Amino acid sequence: MADIIHFHRVSHRYEGVGDVLADVTFTLAKGEMAFLTGSSGAGKSTLLKLIALLERPTRGQVMVNGQNIAGIRSGQIPAFRQQIGVVFQNFNLLYDRTVFDNVALPLVIRGISYEDIGRRVRAALDAVGLLGKEKVMPITLSGGEQQRVGIARAIVAKPQLLLADEPTGNLDPTMAREVMDLFRRFNEVGVSVLVATHAVGLISKLPYRVIHLEKGQLSTRQSPDLMEKTVDFG
Amino acid sequence: MTSANAKSGAQAAELRPNFLARFAQAHAREVVFTLSRFYRNLSGALLTCFVIGITLALPASLHTMVRNINAVSYSWESTLQASLFLKDSTTPEQAQALIAKLKTRPGVAEAIYISREQSLQEFKALSGFGSALDLLESNPLPAVITITPSKGVQRPVIDALVVELGALPEVEVAKLDRQWLDRLYAVLALVQRLVLLIAGVLGLAVIVIVGNTIRLDIEAKRAEIVVMKLVGATNGFIRRPFLYTGLWYGLVGGGIAWLLVHSAVLALSGPARELAGLYGSDFRLQGLPLVATGIMFACGIVLGWIGAWWTVSRHLSRIEPQ
Repeated sequence: MADIIHFHRVSHRYEGVGDVLADVTFTLAKGEMAFLTGSSGAGKSTLLKLIALLERPTRGQVMVNGQNIAGIRSGQIPAFRQQIGVVFQNFNLLYDRTVFDNVALPLVIRGISYEDIGRRVRAALDAVGLLGKEKVMPITLSGGEQQRVGIARAIVAKPQLLLADEPTGNLDPTMAREVMDLFRRFNEVGVSVLVATHAVGLISKLPYRVIHLEKGQLSTRQSPDLMEKTVDFG
Repeated sequence: MTSANAKSGAQAAELRPNFLARFAQAHAREVVFTLSRFYRNLSGALLTCFVIGITLALPASLHTMVRNINAVSYSWESTLQASLFLKDSTTPEQAQALIAKLKTRPGVAEAIYISREQSLQEFKALSGFGSALDLLESNPLPAVITITPSKGVQRPVIDALVVELGALPEVEVAKLDRQWLDRLYAVLALVQRLVLLIAGVLGLAVIVIVGNTIRLDIEAKRAEIVVMKLVGATNGFIRRPFLYTGLWYGLVGGGIAWLLVHSAVLALSGPARELAGLYGSDFRLQGLPLVATGIMFACGIVLGWIGAWWTVSRHLSRIEPQ
């Protein structure tokens, strides 16, 4: 079974800050779903950024879908990012465009024909329960709905890997649960999912592996005392 | 690792229409998208276009002016005359025979004989030296044949004719009365060159105007650009709407320049006709010709596009997702 993500002794250092990630080694298997936890500043976001090539590792090797990302030149980054769906804490929607246009963006970038775009955008919106809101401007939607638009955009191009950085950080508990359920459903159809979150209460009952980061170091233990320490209802 | 890539690439290719269809769809989309954005920000966009219009109109109207003066001076070309100063030994009879011969030549519309006496009378009447000339024992003025070239005869033909006539045995000197016209042409050539220089400088100005407008546009869309980069948009994809926006600025700017030049010509054509009438000419003010209009529009479009390209290339790489 191939790994979709493979980190081998990866470190990342920010100038003047020091190591944000230190000697991190882990893998995410194809079709696996895992949570990435840790308090603020533990390096969760940095780890995701390394996968999406928003940052380059200072040391170590990162493989994504069998590809060593060190060999990807800046001109190849767009094509590389197209393989990955990313969901953001602040949604990162384009507020001067309709929901449909937001979700269609990854398909437009790929040059897919209009008929296919319409069909696939509606399918993606259906999957997140927003069918019928195509013509709505995102600003008129609730936070949970906006995040679902973000998720629809992340999955519309059928990526093999879905990354989410604090996707429930700006949502109330009900909406947060709905969003997590969506990730589970996509995982059930074969998408590999890695969700960075500090909403430990939300995920503690879910049957997924937890990759815990503390001060840039990895600890795959899932001990209850550790969980309690990092509970942070933000 | 490459096999995985190749596989996903092949998968993607299946879903995508061929290159030409993709190209047409992407560009049609940008045209609609950028035009609708232009329309939504109409007043601001038109203001930029107006500045570009004025900038383009200046060299275009100068060109129109030079063209019109050229047209006027060409109409004077037909009023040119060549003077054949005859040798004193030539008798009036020989001169009349010469005139008869000259009139049959192609390119000669009219030949008129002015005898030495006639020349003297004319000179006395016009110069104001009348009484002084009376003191002279003999008439110092030669007999002259003035020749009017046929209409439409080209300048080199006339020049050749004058040289040829100067070699005739009866003729002392042959001269074309066109020095002043040559000087005017030289001045016009200088002004024409000046117009080109001005056009070049103002073309740079158009690039800067469009570049600056697009720069503000890029700043306003910084968040959007970041999102696009995050979902895997290539620089070409992100650049495209800005290039089209620059192109529209140039195109509409060209339209405004055309309107400005055209209305200036309309406003001046009445007085110009009156002035020409006073000189007995049927001269009509000409507008910007079709080719020059096309060049003006093309310059607007190309310069707008260059301005956009220049700015986007400089700023796009600086906007990266954090």
